[in-house]
Amino acid sequence: MATQQEHKFKVIGTRPIRHDGVDKVTGRAQYGADVSLAGLLHGKVLRSPHAHARIKSIDTAAAKAVPGVKAVLTAQDFPEIGPGMAAMGELPINPQHLSLNCIARDKVLYDGHVVAAVAATSPHIAEEAAKLIKVDYEVLPHVQSVVEAMDDKAPILIPGLGKGEDGEPTDTNVANHLQFARGDLAEGFAAAEVVIEREFDTSMVHQGYIEPHNAVAQYSSDGQSTIWVSTQGAFTARDQTAFVLDMPPSKIKVIPAEIGGGFGGKIPIYYEPVALMLSKHTGKPVKMVMSRADVLKATGPTPGSHIKVKMGADKDGKITAAEVWMAYEAGGFPGSPVGAGCMCVIAPYDIENLQIDGYDVLVNKPKTAAYRAPGATNAAMGSETVIDELAEKLGIDPLEFRRINGAKEGTAQPAGPKFGQIGFLETLEAAKDSDHFKSELPQVEGRRVGRGLASGFWFNAGFQSSATVAINSDGTANVVTGSTDIGGTRTSCAMIAAEVLGLKAEEVHPVVADTESIGHTDMTGGSRVTFATGTAVYEAAQDVLKQLKERAAKSWKVDADKVVFQDGVFSCTENGNESLSLKELAGKLPRTGGPVAGRASVNPRGVGPGFATHVVDVAVDEETGKVDVLRYTAVQDVGKAVHPSYVEGQMQGGVAQGVGWALNEEYVYGEDGCMQNTGFLDYRMPTCLDLPMIETVLVEVPNPGHPVGVRGVGEVPIVPPPAAIANAIYNATGVRMLDLPMSPPRVTKAILEKNG
Amino acid sequence: MKKVHVQTTVNGEETEFLCEPRQSLLEVLRDVVGYTGTKEGCLTGDCGACSVIMDGRPTDSCLVLGVEAEGKDITTVEGLADGDTLHPLQKKFLEHAALQCGICTPGFLVTSKALLDRNPNPTEHEIRYALAGNLCRCTGYDKIVRAVQDAAAEMQGR
Repeated sequence: MATQQEHKFKVIGTRPIRHDGVDKVTGRAQYGADVSLAGLLHGKVLRSPHAHARIKSIDTAAAKAVPGVKAVLTAQDFPEIGPGMAAMGELPINPQHLSLNCIARDKVLYDGHVVAAVAATSPHIAEEAAKLIKVDYEVLPHVQSVVEAMDDKAPILIPGLGKGEDGEPTDTNVANHLQFARGDLAEGFAAAEVVIEREFDTSMVHQGYIEPHNAVAQYSSDGQSTIWVSTQGAFTARDQTAFVLDMPPSKIKVIPAEIGGGFGGKIPIYYEPVALMLSKHTGKPVKMVMSRADVLKATGPTPGSHIKVKMGADKDGKITAAEVWMAYEAGGFPGSPVGAGCMCVIAPYDIENLQIDGYDVLVNKPKTAAYRAPGATNAAMGSETVIDELAEKLGIDPLEFRRINGAKEGTAQPAGPKFGQIGFLETLEAAKDSDHFKSELPQVEGRRVGRGLASGFWFNAGFQSSATVAINSDGTANVVTGSTDIGGTRTSCAMIAAEVLGLKAEEVHPVVADTESIGHTDMTGGSRVTFATGTAVYEAAQDVLKQLKERAAKSWKVDADKVVFQDGVFSCTENGNESLSLKELAGKLPRTGGPVAGRASVNPRGVGPGFATHVVDVAVDEETGKVDVLRYTAVQDVGKAVHPSYVEGQMQGGVAQGVGWALNEEYVYGEDGCMQNTGFLDYRMPTCLDLPMIETVLVEVPNPGHPVGVRGVGEVPIVPPPAAIANAIYNATGVRMLDLPMSPPRVTKAILEKNG
Repeated sequence: MKKVHVQTTVNGEETEFLCEPRQSLLEVLRDVVGYTGTKEGCLTGDCGACSVIMDGRPTDSCLVLGVEAEGKDITTVEGLADGDTLHPLQKKFLEHAALQCGICTPGFLVTSKALLDRNPNPTEHEIRYALAGNLCRCTGYDKIVRAVQDAAAEMQGR
């Protein structure tokens, strides 16, 4: 493994056409909403119009009377789930909260919380019937800002959430507080030449996948159920549904449909248990597809946050101390990614004295979910703009400032563990050498232009994966995994198998299997698939290779260790010069002992973290506050890039989402606690016309913990953009933006305030 | 609700269907005619996932009623390839890795075709302008724009 750098790959690093490509450009690929079954019913839900209310009663009689309606359900028709925690890959799951998020029982905790569900013969009938359900609410005061929610007098969302000193439950909205601390903060700040302290507010934002959530469920009277769904993890969806419906997971088969984007937001379940319960009550398959407004209002966006960052540096530019305080919106139930935010916030730097406090705070907004490097982008907006300011005050180039403090192999992370082989400094070097960084800032008539820089970190994830590899009689191979393919991972897995087996990428056929056709595999998330599932595929392919060598040895009557495999050919110099291509051997399998299939199940520990450094040029219209991105370069340590085009694509996509987060995207709530911008017209994601080409520089520092050197690549590219753009706006206008999004009204206001 | 009989042309084939007056063309194409390649992303005409070409114009099929298809000529993503020969746009989207999850891809392909049909040699800005009604959340648009540029070049024999 240590010699990857010298390793010459034949398939890895090339750019084959993806295996699912033709299906996806011809419209044949089946996404969840495309699934249709005989006798299909359609499900719709009724949602709370209040941010916080007690449900006094629900009257479903009028809805049930509508012709074509087959079932109307409320939480009373679902099992009541007791308290407790369960592990679910990247994030912990509380089955009781999960169940109450799928359908509210006594209280609604946010605008859009599901209170009842209808199945009918058409989606239109179901929708009309849902409107006839009468819910009597006692409206309660709501709280939507983390700072207010932490106040002693704030309305309490979930009573008894905290624990007093005597161990008795207490009422609080703070679901969790964690802290990383080391060194001596006071000493560190005393040693500083310059100390900068800033406070930031960032808005709740949504992943914005184009495909709404969906589920088609068929309950069978023998208790075996099937769910077709676009999900980031078939097993994760199965296990969560089992929790909510109090069923054994083995009774549910999840067939993963193609998925139209997820970015973390399709790890939790919403409609899966509701559709299955409607199917159980009607005896028919039930399909549910969410509206865009409901996706925005009531699935899991990523939290808004309130962040305080205080950092000091000495005159040589060495950071002497860092103190970070972050409160993240959990939404209606605990579980914001504030922990990940704490792990990431100043991780690119070697800092002796630090204290990082993170708070997970309930507010009357939807339960937050993961979103691409969850928690890290908010945090980097704080730390990376303060670093820019420190560098400026000390008169040190911001890139050089980062180099002086940059983490390398052996540097302790804020959470404690030391980094292994990482490529942060290499990203800074590559950024410095980029055409963009060396270019003159472009001038735009009537606009102020500026350049900004920011770095980011994401730890990447491992988790469990399974794979099987089987040899076909024509000498090709099938690779079966349980990993949802969102951005081309079928192909990266196939390429890894092809590399091992001396095949072309096109000669390996990758399949994403259902929960009964492959061993347990955790969700697609944490940038883990090419790393962890890729490891499983690599090992399964090695297993195949070992068996094939044994078969060749058997036909040549030699020991298997005398058989050499190179360039797709098995050979042996004992007993004369024998050789057989893999294709020839594949045809002989029935006569040498039968079919050959390899398998592997892994939970790999050698995760390689990812670092990125981004450079951006912006033009600011001082009159309107509009910020245009003129040029953007993303530099990233990607480890070994298996399919460089899709690695670039991950980086470009992350940047585009980060630009949206930086400049436009936000949840707007009214006084009534209801979301006001529930469509793509008002929840403004970047269009084609808002962005330039996004330049990418792939720095390939291989991960020694992976057989071909893979790190995760998908997440870290969303981390730097808001801070990089804030730094560029400062460079252009002299205004430090502290809140996200840096939308035209905010930028105009900041410029007006600066100009008095 | 009483259904209406509609005669139209979809992907070059004369097609008739029965639909309720409230059903959108998107719903009819997907659930009645069976062309599920056209996707639903928002139902408010903001995302372009449901784009089709109707009488030569790129159209959000979620904003058109099924009954309005009477006498129209409609092309969906299923109508782009010629048998098993992909349209140059489809080929270039694959070569340039211009899709990740693929849900927006049918809409981008159809809108790009409508663009190249009326402007075979668009500038980058013209491409970005024409595609501004189609949202992609995965790619950052870079590879999509390059794929359209390359397809235009190939179709022009350049």
